[in-house]
Amino acid sequence: MSEIPNNLKYSKDHEWVNIEDNIATIGITLHAAESLGDIVYIDVSSLNQELNQFDKFGEIESVKAVSDLFIPVSGKVIEINQDLEGNPEYVNDDCYEKGWIIKVEITNSNDLSSLLDSSEYEKII
Amino acid sequence: MKNSPYIPATNSDQVEMLKTIGVNSFKDLLTDVPKSHLFPELKLQEMLSEPELVDYFNHLSKKNITFKKKTSFLGGGAYNHYIPSTVKAMIQRGEFLTSYTPYQPEASQGTLQVGFEFQSMITQLFEMDVCNAGMYDGPTALAEAALMACRIKKNKKILIHNSVSKKLLEVLNSYSKWQDVEIINFEDINSMNEDDYSCLLVQSPSQNGEIIDVENLSNLIHKKNGLLIQHTYPISLGLIKPPGQLNVDIATGEGQSIGVPLSFGGPYIGLLTCKKEFIRQLPGRIIGQTVDKKGKTSYALTLQTREQHIRRENATSNICTSTQLIGLMVSVYLATIGPEGLKQISETCFHRAHYFASEINKIDGFKLISNNFFNEFVIEADKNINEINNYLLSNNIESGLNISSGKKNLIMFAVTEMNNPKDIDETLSLLRRINDQ
Amino acid sequence: MINKHLPLLMDQSQKGRKSINLPEIGVEKSTLPNKKFLRESIQLPEVSQLDLIRYFTNLSSLNFSIDTNFYPLGSCTMKYNPKINEQISTFEGFSSSHPNQTDENVQGCLEVMYNLQNELAEITGLKSVSLAPLAGAQGEYAGLLIAREYHKFNGNNHKNIALIPDSAHGTNPASAAMAGLNAVTIKTTSEGDIDIEDLKEKVSKDTAVLMLTLPSTLGLFEPNILEITKIVHDHGGLVYADGANLNALLGIAKFGDLGIDICHSNLHKTFSTPHGGGGPGAGPVMVTKNLERFLPYPHVKKENESFISYTPENTIGRLNGFLGSFGILLRAYTYIRSLGSGGLKEISENAIINANYIQEKLKSHYKLTSTRYCMHETVLSASRQKENGIKALDIAKKLLDEGFHAPTMYFPLIVDEALMIEPTESESKETIDSFIDCMIMISELSSKNPEEITNAPINLPVQRLDEALAARNPILSWKKD
Repeated sequence: MSEIPNNLKYSKDHEWVNIEDNIATIGITLHAAESLGDIVYIDVSSLNQELNQFDKFGEIESVKAVSDLFIPVSGKVIEINQDLEGNPEYVNDDCYEKGWIIKVEITNSNDLSSLLDSSEYEKII
Repeated sequence: MKNSPYIPATNSDQVEMLKTIGVNSFKDLLTDVPKSHLFPELKLQEMLSEPELVDYFNHLSKKNITFKKKTSFLGGGAYNHYIPSTVKAMIQRGEFLTSYTPYQPEASQGTLQVGFEFQSMITQLFEMDVCNAGMYDGPTALAEAALMACRIKKNKKILIHNSVSKKLLEVLNSYSKWQDVEIINFEDINSMNEDDYSCLLVQSPSQNGEIIDVENLSNLIHKKNGLLIQHTYPISLGLIKPPGQLNVDIATGEGQSIGVPLSFGGPYIGLLTCKKEFIRQLPGRIIGQTVDKKGKTSYALTLQTREQHIRRENATSNICTSTQLIGLMVSVYLATIGPEGLKQISETCFHRAHYFASEINKIDGFKLISNNFFNEFVIEADKNINEINNYLLSNNIESGLNISSGKKNLIMFAVTEMNNPKDIDETLSLLRRINDQ
Repeated sequence: MINKHLPLLMDQSQKGRKSINLPEIGVEKSTLPNKKFLRESIQLPEVSQLDLIRYFTNLSSLNFSIDTNFYPLGSCTMKYNPKINEQISTFEGFSSSHPNQTDENVQGCLEVMYNLQNELAEITGLKSVSLAPLAGAQGEYAGLLIAREYHKFNGNNHKNIALIPDSAHGTNPASAAMAGLNAVTIKTTSEGDIDIEDLKEKVSKDTAVLMLTLPSTLGLFEPNILEITKIVHDHGGLVYADGANLNALLGIAKFGDLGIDICHSNLHKTFSTPHGGGGPGAGPVMVTKNLERFLPYPHVKKENESFISYTPENTIGRLNGFLGSFGILLRAYTYIRSLGSGGLKEISENAIINANYIQEKLKSHYKLTSTRYCMHETVLSASRQKENGIKALDIAKKLLDEGFHAPTMYFPLIVDEALMIEPTESESKETIDSFIDCMIMISELSSKNPEEITNAPINLPVQRLDEALAARNPILSWKKD
């Protein structure tokens, strides 16, 4: 898996987005996971909530740091990756697939245009 | 001319170091300090040599009446219990006394394993899921517990049961006054009230020593979507049901009674325990078990992302200190007395207190007003309490706490295993004669 | 250090063993409370006294401590904890004193407190002192509450902003949040000094307090301190100084002379009370005379020849159960009396010389954060070593292998791979030289043979703990297997 997969979109806050129809799967990038270190806990308290683009949807903790998670597209949080509760290390091992964090029903597809593609994201890290 | 035995540097050491640094005198290092305020005069009390220190403090210590007392019945949040020789021996070990916060776990397994034992024994004592490594004292632990409940429930309304002492309430006020918290008396809310509350605070044994039906209160507050927080007296848990069996969500206590000297109010240790689902909102240091790179069982500070050095303004608390040394005393104490010893001490306190109370009640001019108490009870007297206390003190007996209010002369006596039956009987015979004075 | 697995007490426990004999009840038994209130069983370890003593004694050998190792933890002031302080704290008249006694029965304790108040006032130049706070963070919180109460008293309720430098210790913004203040960050220069232009831009009529650490968290004295305090005062704000680094200022400068209104001090740092594995501590708060009315309970005063503990008229309230951590206060007062003015002045002088000596000797091996003379501590960066894959953490672990406790790592946050070294005045030149030699050896090893550092420690019973596991799967107390 490449460090910055081409098929994904990215936010400046180091989240990635995978769009299928109007469902967005969201996680954090390899760069973010590496800066945080060993992930120990993910806290998403916004299930079923409708959020606007770049609202905080949760927090991610490593041993020595904690970071806010910001939603890259406006939408309703419809699913949280339950596997991460017992296995937060999935985010370190495989942040783009096994380590996905939430699924969102997109409410404003215009938001996608303000996201970065892989080459644009590479420039900012 | 050196004044201090705690500074090894000689004049020639200093000269050599200054030369290496590349300056002529110490003053040359202080270029950033405003010249007008450099080297102010320091007019402190005169220095005392070591033998003079012993003499001076010995003299000062004797200005307290403590050393003259045969026995004492003072309680009210701090209690005179026996401190075993094992406790005194272990805290003198320099490796425990002079180490610091275990940031480097490989160099601090002593402190960390002791802290883990502390957490283990307190969770056993309280029968709660989780305990942290120690707060400053009981009252601050309770205040932090209330704030913790507000964070968990996202609700800032705190209910206070009338069992909670004024002192605990004052500390809670200090901790919450700028956080938009509403503190409401439990007795003031009527049963038809539809509101939700974050928590209900109850003290059992109460401020008057009485055992409260905590489980009943727990059911009530859970119906209001709030948490039950119980503040307790650890020694009582040798006899009385612990918080974990009463559906308590967060339980706190003052650890002084389990192995810590009175020492005029401190250092003490705050006990803070909770149900496991609340663990990420728990303030203070927490020690966890893990393995090292070779798979060896070992201990480290954990869940540090709750704390101020990482979360800063979003921390669960600003607390940095963890009273681990006092935690060591508590751990050695509980391991020394064991389950049988705790039961024995607890029953001794209970029965001696009840004996004392029922005998006082028989004396003219004294009435027992506490019901269902553990080891502290309130007596209403005809005479002014100060008079009674001075009379007992003149016989080298330190009496109970004067809690007189309005026109009532009230005194609260605490009885522990340190009040031997002979001294209790002597106190009773003095009280019987008080009306002849 | 013992290198043997020491099973937990519950794993050693055997039914019927005991460590102490206790007295009989000795009176006729009364009726117990209703069964529903009674505990049915208690689970605690049952061990014999020898096994208990052996266990805890062996555990103690697993610790580095000031009594056994050089302990240059920056900003913690790991100086020698004199034994006479311990001895005096055990005097019966002090250790058995109950805190609920009336003032006239504890004149000895109150005299200790009164005298300590005065000594701290003289040392800091801030005349009014309360000894109530039980730790530095509590002293800091008290300081902020005093500022808030002062502004409220003067009808300035709009003052709800705390200005905090980006180099500040985490307790600063945490305490500000507890006091309901909005934290506004002030930029600092690469050397940790306050950026005056940024301060001028961010100070306003809503500024309640500026929180400063002096010397800064980089171990440097703020050269513009007088201008800074004036700027804040001109806007009606107060200046609070975090006294964690007071070990650099004894007899060098007084907070009160520099425009500071409120400060706290850590008795377990500057005044030698034992660190005890993380606490207890004490954090007295000192203020200018006009703020005395806001001090927390208790304040101790002298009337005729008697000492009285009382509640100041506009007090911020009670911070704890009793009068403060008396046992700690007593040790600090003993320390100050053992040194007097002359001895106290020597502390900062030697602490500062020792730190500068280390800085000078290591500057060609480690990146300095500043070329200025430091105060009592120096902050180095392991950024040069990072080029070979060696981080501050690895250097710390190698130091442990060589018998030195590591310096403070990764603080202040504004320095990359920070190592904060505070030798204190307690250490001899020989000890300091051996530490310097070790640091140089590690630096050279980092380019020649970095694995020897990344593998460290190898001489200690446990090595490189899995802290991720501890946080992912928290095991926080003994559980039956």
